[in-house]
Amino acid sequence: MTITEKILASHAGIKEVKPGMLINAKIDIALGNDITAPIAIQEFQKAGGSKVFDKNKVVLIPDHFTPNKDINSAQQCKALRDFAKEQDITHYYEVGRMGIEHVLLPEEGIVLPGDLVIGADSHTCTYGALAAFSTGVGSTDLAAAMLTGELWFKAPETMKIILHGNMREWVSGKDLILAIIGRIGVDGALYKAMEFFGEAIKKLTMADRFTIANMAIEAGAKNGIFAFDEVSRSYVEKRAKREYAIYESDHDASYCEVMELNVSEIEPQVAFPHLPSNVRGITKVGEIHIDQALIGSCTNGRIEDLRIAAKVLKGRTVAPYVRLIIIPATQEIYRQAIEEGLVEIFLSANAAISTPTCGACLGGHMGVLAEGERAIATTNRNFVGRMGHPKSEIYLSNPAVAAASAILGRIASPDEL
Amino acid sequence: MKFRGRVWKFGDNIDTDAIIPARYLATSDSAALAQHCMEDANPEFIRQMKRGDIILAGENFGCGSSREHAPIAIKAAGISCVVAKSFARIFYRNAFNMGLPIFESSKLWSLAEEGQVIVVDADVGVITIVGSRRKPVEINAIPEFMQELIESGGLISHLAKKYKEMNN
Ligand code: SF4
Repeated sequence: MTITEKILASHAGIKEVKPGMLINAKIDIALGNDITAPIAIQEFQKAGGSKVFDKNKVVLIPDHFTPNKDINSAQQCKALRDFAKEQDITHYYEVGRMGIEHVLLPEEGIVLPGDLVIGADSHTCTYGALAAFSTGVGSTDLAAAMLTGELWFKAPETMKIILHGNMREWVSGKDLILAIIGRIGVDGALYKAMEFFGEAIKKLTMADRFTIANMAIEAGAKNGIFAFDEVSRSYVEKRAKREYAIYESDHDASYCEVMELNVSEIEPQVAFPHLPSNVRGITKVGEIHIDQALIGSCTNGRIEDLRIAAKVLKGRTVAPYVRLIIIPATQEIYRQAIEEGLVEIFLSANAAISTPTCGACLGGHMGVLAEGERAIATTNRNFVGRMGHPKSEIYLSNPAVAAASAILGRIASPDEL
Repeated sequence: MKFRGRVWKFGDNIDTDAIIPARYLATSDSAALAQHCMEDANPEFIRQMKRGDIILAGENFGCGSSREHAPIAIKAAGISCVVAKSFARIFYRNAFNMGLPIFESSKLWSLAEEGQVIVVDADVGVITIVGSRRKPVEINAIPEFMQELIESGGLISHLAKKYKEMNN
């Protein structure tokens, strides 16, 4: 069996799981945010629910339209907060403690290896970096999970992705996953688990792995997953407050497809509008002027991302008429960025720095685009209208390219500085 | 769990707008939605179909929006189950969560013709074409807990029932 099949089998209390099987499995963590949880709470109440199955396992994070963007979002956040209070939810994080959910949960040690996690948010697949099975579901499913602590799943087939070689300078996890999506398309892994292998993986930081797993959904995958190793061990050890289990794919596990990629051939990637699969290498981008650069989100708002951005921005300033918005993904990352002097560099570069929020990533607030405007963003989706006006454009890249582009006012590699 | 019904055939990529056009979404009343089920894919369908009939479709059935109205409309129209070569991911979940049984089979589509009667045996995991000498087509069986879910009319009503039992 693969690691995905093993985690599903153990949570379903059965010996073996095969792709296509319908199973009923126990949930370790059920996650909702200020957009999806209010609907789930209503469904929960409709089903007669009065108490969640385990107050330590339901996680509620107000991160999308916070700090409250308008009256509507204030109402939604209030619904979330009232429910969290009423249910005495352990993992509810108020503005000021809050971070973007998919960065916050691993950081707080809420999600651990071997867990089965569901979240009413498509980027819940991020936690696969921790050797956990995690996937995005709808609000009704979240309601069901909150009520009973169980949910049904259809076991996915697994696609094996092997990464060879050494990464070039300025290349990060973001470029690898963009290159993969560019190769297989936005439905290239539909329904499937993407399991990452190869010697290139061993050298990836946890931040890189989170970024890769985060964007598995952009290839249509149900989940993305990495094996547990020394890198994940040292990340998890200092955070875990409970026991966790380690699962490994068998040597004779069966895969529906194998894809190999030599990462040494990959240069920084840019996904052109309006699909994450529409990628080109940075040297083939041409002259594309930008109005805004966004560094942040659950894809690239970690401290490692901010360090790279600072390295590029140090002693330089953002081009005239260009906005650079930097959003540390959690309070902890924000504090670290201040302590390490990164915020000082950003301020001197004329960047706007925000409290943690999803905000600009989904065109909610804190950096919405006008008609005809163009942005480079370290986020995960460049669909039509994702960051604002339907006639605006989003180019996806890693933090180094986004920072260099902000300085030059056009999409550029740090090598051009 | 067994379903016996006449086959209505549809092609690949039947999207949620073909299943229930967006112009009718002002209501979430299932009977009202049912009246327009599959209207843009086959306008005759809703007039001629009988309770218990089965939809047989190609690849990627239910693609497009994540709206739960689509399986609701099909179920309320009286379709007993849907068999398709493949389903869009969100439709797959929504269908079971709304209590509409669906089955994947890459083979049946080219074997069964419109109007033929088929029997879907969800316990064993086979589909037979009535009056045909062909071997039954294999499908994934529906385990008991999922059959319970379908019989209670979908996830939320199933949970309401279970939750009551848990607290009794
Ligand atoms: S940062 Fe963007 S992609 Fe990530 S959870 Fe927030 S809105 Fe979704």
